[in-house]
Amino acid sequence: MIDFCGLQLEHEVINGSGTFDAIAARRAFGAELLDRFPFSAFVSKTITLKPRAGNPPPRLWETAGGMINSIGLPNKGLAGYLEHDLPQLAELPVPLITNVMGSTAEELTELAAACDERPEIAAIELNVSCPNVATGLDIGAVPAELERVVAGVRPATTKPLIVKLTPNTADVAACGRAAEAGGADAVSLINTLRAMALDSDGEPWLGGRTGGLSGPAIRNVAVAQVAAVAAGVTVPIVGMGGVQTGAHALDLLRAGATLVAVGTESFRDPAAGGRIARELREKAANSANPFA
Amino acid sequence: MFGRRACTVVERTTYGPYVVVDVHDPDGPAPAPGQFYMLAAVERWGGGDGERPFLPRAFSVLRAREGRLSFLFDDVGPGTNRLMDLDREDELWLTGPLGEGWRPTDRRPILIGGGVGIAPLVALADTLDAPEVLLGFRDAHHAQAAALVTQGSDPSVTTDDGSAGHHGLVTELLPDDLSGVELFACGPPAMLEAIRRLGVPAQLALESGMACGFGACFGCVTPLAEGGYARVCVDGPVFAAAELAEVPAH
Ligand SMILES: Cc1cc2nc3c(=O)[nH]c(=O)nc-3n(C[C@H](O)[C@H](O)[C@H](O)COP(=O)(O)OP(=O)(O)OC[C@H]3O[C@@H](n4cnc5c(N)ncnc54)[C@H](O)[C@@H]3O)c2cc1C
Ligand SMILES: Cc1cc2nc3c(=O)[nH]c(=O)nc-3n(C[C@H](O)[C@H](O)[C@H](O)COP(=O)(O)O)c2cc1C
Ligand code: FES
Repeated sequence: MIDFCGLQLEHEVINGSGTFDAIAARRAFGAELLDRFPFSAFVSKTITLKPRAGNPPPRLWETAGGMINSIGLPNKGLAGYLEHDLPQLAELPVPLITNVMGSTAEELTELAAACDERPEIAAIELNVSCPNVATGLDIGAVPAELERVVAGVRPATTKPLIVKLTPNTADVAACGRAAEAGGADAVSLINTLRAMALDSDGEPWLGGRTGGLSGPAIRNVAVAQVAAVAAGVTVPIVGMGGVQTGAHALDLLRAGATLVAVGTESFRDPAAGGRIARELREKAANSANPFA
Repeated sequence: MFGRRACTVVERTTYGPYVVVDVHDPDGPAPAPGQFYMLAAVERWGGGDGERPFLPRAFSVLRAREGRLSFLFDDVGPGTNRLMDLDREDELWLTGPLGEGWRPTDRRPILIGGGVGIAPLVALADTLDAPEVLLGFRDAHHAQAAALVTQGSDPSVTTDDGSAGHHGLVTELLPDDLSGVELFACGPPAMLEAIRRLGVPAQLALESGMACGFGACFGCVTPLAEGGYARVCVDGPVFAAAELAEVPAH
């Protein structure tokens, strides 16, 4: 058992927000999904106060060793999530982490307070990769602003509060320290790196013009950013970015993470999380044996 | 069945420029016509044009019988190019069956397919009693794939260049009076959009760029008539024409 902010988890591998829809997967794969659930905790996709349709298609572009997405955070909004999705997510065999995003501390506080009231939710993750309408920067990109936002949300919940850092910043280590100073119980990283793909006429391919790069292409950026953040914070870290095997997961743990999240690899194999957890366990067993 | 599984190629056949690959899938659930699978070659998946493919690719089930699945491939890029290269004994990663296939109808079905889009219609024709089938291809070489329809009446064929069958668009073969008819269509977006605009009962099997195929990424969406988007992989790939705002060009 792994202790993560007081949650007792079966193993180190969870999902990255927005990369696994447990409700749709249960429809596609049936009860076997619950019997062989790949993650030790389930992270919802990002929920916002109001419903969002998401970005116009096309939303995907495949790159060398990864992909760019401009999904645009489609979701049913807070009320729709609590009414329709939460009862179904509560049936999963693992603790539920709800990921929320708002463009102001007030919005995030309202979201966190609503989650705080629901016993089905074990922890809250704040997605601070939302552009600030005034500056165009992600609200999580400027350490002082991030600390102010997290400190504003903190009183709204007694549940563990995870801050998902944006990698699109000049100094991710400073952002990690700011999240901790604001009262975060944990930080998670990395989110996708801002990227753009052009079609054969030189126009942006993606409906949202830019998108986020994920997958193996960003793996070593993740290792560097996790190590940089780990050097400056005492709270636990959820490391993610390009994890495809137990060896990749181990790299992030060695760089300072307590848990590892799998995103894009689940698209290639829905059961990848379970395989990666197994490979990690085998590696740990082998390294405990000096003759292995 | 949860997760991907490795399946062995047991046969490879060509139909003009297309390739049909049969795989041995003894343990998988039986697919319904119109459902699809996410496929990737076990060896050499990647390293093609632009170092792609990385993600698996979506393919309709062409035919399913006794633990054996057939797929029809058209070479449009690095993924299909690699899959067409598969030979006996090669292995394939397979996830599925996925999505919502064709829905039954009490009306008289007419199946209408364009190019590689005939795949889910072949699967459907196998379950119907001598349905009417209309197929459009680029030229006589591509039209060799019409031989895949073995169930029912001979398919009527059109080609863009007139080198086989009727010279023109496949939609030109539709009867003037469509009362009592339901159309089952799959093919290029322009063909599906033309059928949608007829305003008659029709089921359209859509394509879309997909990363996952099981509802995880929200990347494959298509706009709905009522506003908003539906995921092609879990809400489709077969949609009632009236549900759709349009059939997007890509
Ligand atoms: C439900 C469903 C069923 C299908 N059934 C069949 C079938 O039975 N037989 C069949 O042959 N095909 C079928 N397809 C289509 C098939 O999935 C695509 O042709 C295939 O994914 C193309 O992959 P590729 O690597 O060969 O080509 P790609 O180059 O990936 O795709 C070709 C198109 O994708 C776009 N594109 C180009 N580069 C990129 C990039 N880097 N990232 C993203 N998009 C790009 C362009 O529009 C290009 O024309 C089906 C699709 C769906 C959704
Ligand atoms: C299609 C897609 C959708 C995503 N949606 C969200 C989201 O809603 N909220 C969020 O915090 N992160 C989101 N992410 C980021 C992932 O959770 C993760 O941080 C990132 O993809 C890096 O991990 P990976 O390389 O293993 O995919 C998304 C990523 C992808 C690829
Ligand atoms: S392909 Fe991922 S949601 Fe449809």
